[in-house]
Amino acid sequence: MMSARSLMVPDDTDSFGDADNTVARLASLPGLNTASGMAVDAAGAAAVGKLLPVVPELADVLPHRGLRRGSTVSVIGSRLLVLSLLVEATARGSWAAVVGMPDLGVVAAAELGVEESRLALVPAPGAELVPAVAALLDGLDLVVVGRGVNGRTARQLSARARHRGAVLISAGAWPGVDVELRCEEGRWSGLGTSGHGYLSEREVTVHGSGRGAAVRPAAVRLLLPGAAGRIARSGATDAEPMLEAG
Amino acid sequence: MSALSGGEATRLLVVWCPDWPVTAASVAAGIPLHHPAAVFSANRVVACSATARSNGVRRGMRRREAQSCCPGLAVLGMDSSRDARLFEPVAAAVEELVVGVEVVRSGVVAVPAMGAVSYFGGEHELIERVVDHVSGSTGLECQVGIADGLFTAVLTARRGVVVEPGAAARFLEPLPITELVSALPTEDNGELVDLLRRLGLRTLGQFAELSERTVSSRFGRVGMIAHRLARGLSERPIDRRRPPEELAVVETFDPPLDRVDAAAFVAKTLAKTLHTELGTRDLACTRLSIYAVTATGEELARTWRCAEPVSEGGIADRVRWQFDSWLRVAPADGPESRPNSGVVKLRLQPEELVDASMLQLGLWRSVGGDDDTDERAGRALVRVQGLLGQTAVCTPVLTGGRGPGERVRLVPWGDPRDDADERPWPGRLPAPSPATVFTERIEVTVTDDRGRSVAVTERGQLTSPPRQIEVAGHPARHVLGWAGPWPVDERWWDPHDDGMRARVQIVVDKGDALLLRFRAHARPRWIVEGEYS
Repeated sequence: MMSARSLMVPDDTDSFGDADNTVARLASLPGLNTASGMAVDAAGAAAVGKLLPVVPELADVLPHRGLRRGSTVSVIGSRLLVLSLLVEATARGSWAAVVGMPDLGVVAAAELGVEESRLALVPAPGAELVPAVAALLDGLDLVVVGRGVNGRTARQLSARARHRGAVLISAGAWPGVDVELRCEEGRWSGLGTSGHGYLSEREVTVHGSGRGAAVRPAAVRLLLPGAAGRIARSGATDAEPMLEAG
Repeated sequence: MSALSGGEATRLLVVWCPDWPVTAASVAAGIPLHHPAAVFSANRVVACSATARSNGVRRGMRRREAQSCCPGLAVLGMDSSRDARLFEPVAAAVEELVVGVEVVRSGVVAVPAMGAVSYFGGEHELIERVVDHVSGSTGLECQVGIADGLFTAVLTARRGVVVEPGAAARFLEPLPITELVSALPTEDNGELVDLLRRLGLRTLGQFAELSERTVSSRFGRVGMIAHRLARGLSERPIDRRRPPEELAVVETFDPPLDRVDAAAFVAKTLAKTLHTELGTRDLACTRLSIYAVTATGEELARTWRCAEPVSEGGIADRVRWQFDSWLRVAPADGPESRPNSGVVKLRLQPEELVDASMLQLGLWRSVGGDDDTDERAGRALVRVQGLLGQTAVCTPVLTGGRGPGERVRLVPWGDPRDDADERPWPGRLPAPSPATVFTERIEVTVTDDRGRSVAVTERGQLTSPPRQIEVAGHPARHVLGWAGPWPVDERWWDPHDDGMRARVQIVVDKGDALLLRFRAHARPRWIVEGEYS
């Protein structure tokens, strides 16, 4: 690229294009993305259906503002956060399955906005957990695994998800995840100290981090659950996502 | 039956029930038909009644948006088998007057008009008879139109007019191009019409003016179909085959088939047989007749006509719908119109065949094709059922009940999901509900600041404010806040009941919130019912 440029541009103006030039040279290296390039990628991926939509409240902490097909996401610290990842996709026609979570509160899921007619539950897969998850990854867009598996199997399932274009969501730690969402303890409101009121909202901080293109850590303050059991942005801070120091 | 299969547009009478999904859902739910109602799928309006429409409800609206336009709106779920089942009486009523009835889809029947017109002495007389008879025998309103070709005839039915023979093109000319959307194969997803509209072709007449050659070279097969329709011709060119008799699939049942779930299973296997049979001959079916013979020797028949070649699932659905309506709909006007015993013999007869290339499923994942998504998901779930057993894969249905666990019913995949009961249920705790609802009983001790255990009195009050809770095997946790108790007065008639008397919400240190349940006559007295975070 340098040589082409020096052929076309007279020498005395070369210094003028230095910054541009550096960016162009870096961007031409394989595997290196510019920030604007990544934004374009994300928009493109959403348009061609490589991205499963999420509610706008969670888009800020996800690297592509959605769930990239073929990725593995682990969600730590909150089951409601797992369920809120399913809300927008199931409402738009995708299917989701929850495997190995016999004590899932389906009413809470419905209150969040998960379309329960497109939510398949496999509460007790027993010893057949891995083949069941693999079969579900073949046909469904989102598969939530409620219980941990050993490292090697986990990687096999992640590879299956990548191959099939499904999103594997783990409720708990999972080796080699693309994106990790961590929900930090929150404060409940609505309850009195002497028996009045009822639980209404909980303010939490959701941290998102990832690897590869998803490396930028971000956090957002949310009400999970907010009014009427739905997810909402916390009123305390603005809608702007906070960048973390580390 | 063969009257419809000619290539030239046949003169057809179409009976159209406006907003059929809403009418069927309202009838099934017992809602009066003038009450505003809408049918929703994936939180969007798919059909709404005329009263709802006059209040501003439109297709594609979100539920909340629709409810804010029209606060009294009845929210109904989509169920194609219910639509088909309730439509059967309408089809039967039309059949009593005119022979050769074909169900185009639930809500629309087509029937060749020629013979009936001369029998009844004129098209307007025939229309009057049909409208009278349908409303007389089913109590439902319908609109009727007569024209050449199915597409035109459906449009005339919507407007309640009659188009003279040969005048179809003139009738279609001023109509908007968007009328084509519902008539084109679903694989197209309305893309063609959108493209034509953006190209400046706003009416069917403008599109019809283009030459056939221009259209075929630019818009392909779907474009050709659309162009034929816009010119008032039938949707498929004359090339079609007479199906050989041996393609019919026959199945006999002993004992007679009289249950809907058994029929659904049979429908699946028969559809598979027929579809494979057709597939080996490189054919696909666009019109399917379903014949049944009952144990008392009665013969029933119904023809389904499809806008595009039916897939295996499509055949199974139609067979199942038809069975559903034959077996479940109560006799409306005399026992002779319904079978009074089970079905002993079933025959599926393809009436019209086209090349299987017209049934090419997408090689790549389609972006918006919901049917495809549902079908893939269904296959995966059936495979998991094969691994774990039929009841291991469920979809949840929300039902009435007070506790978070009682409000959910798990329906094994493949069984019919009944509509969710969304009526208010006194005694429920308001949202949010616990995200975890424990299936096992988790024992917990609740104590006050002096270490005494807390209980709920007969009057539904706590004996003292809770200060500390302890789950067996875990360290005690301090209570930061609590609310309740909410008394639950149920099952008092049952002597073996554990006398559950109240629920309490508790927030403990580290920000966890729990739902506890107090039981008067059982040990342990307090159990953890759910956890909120």
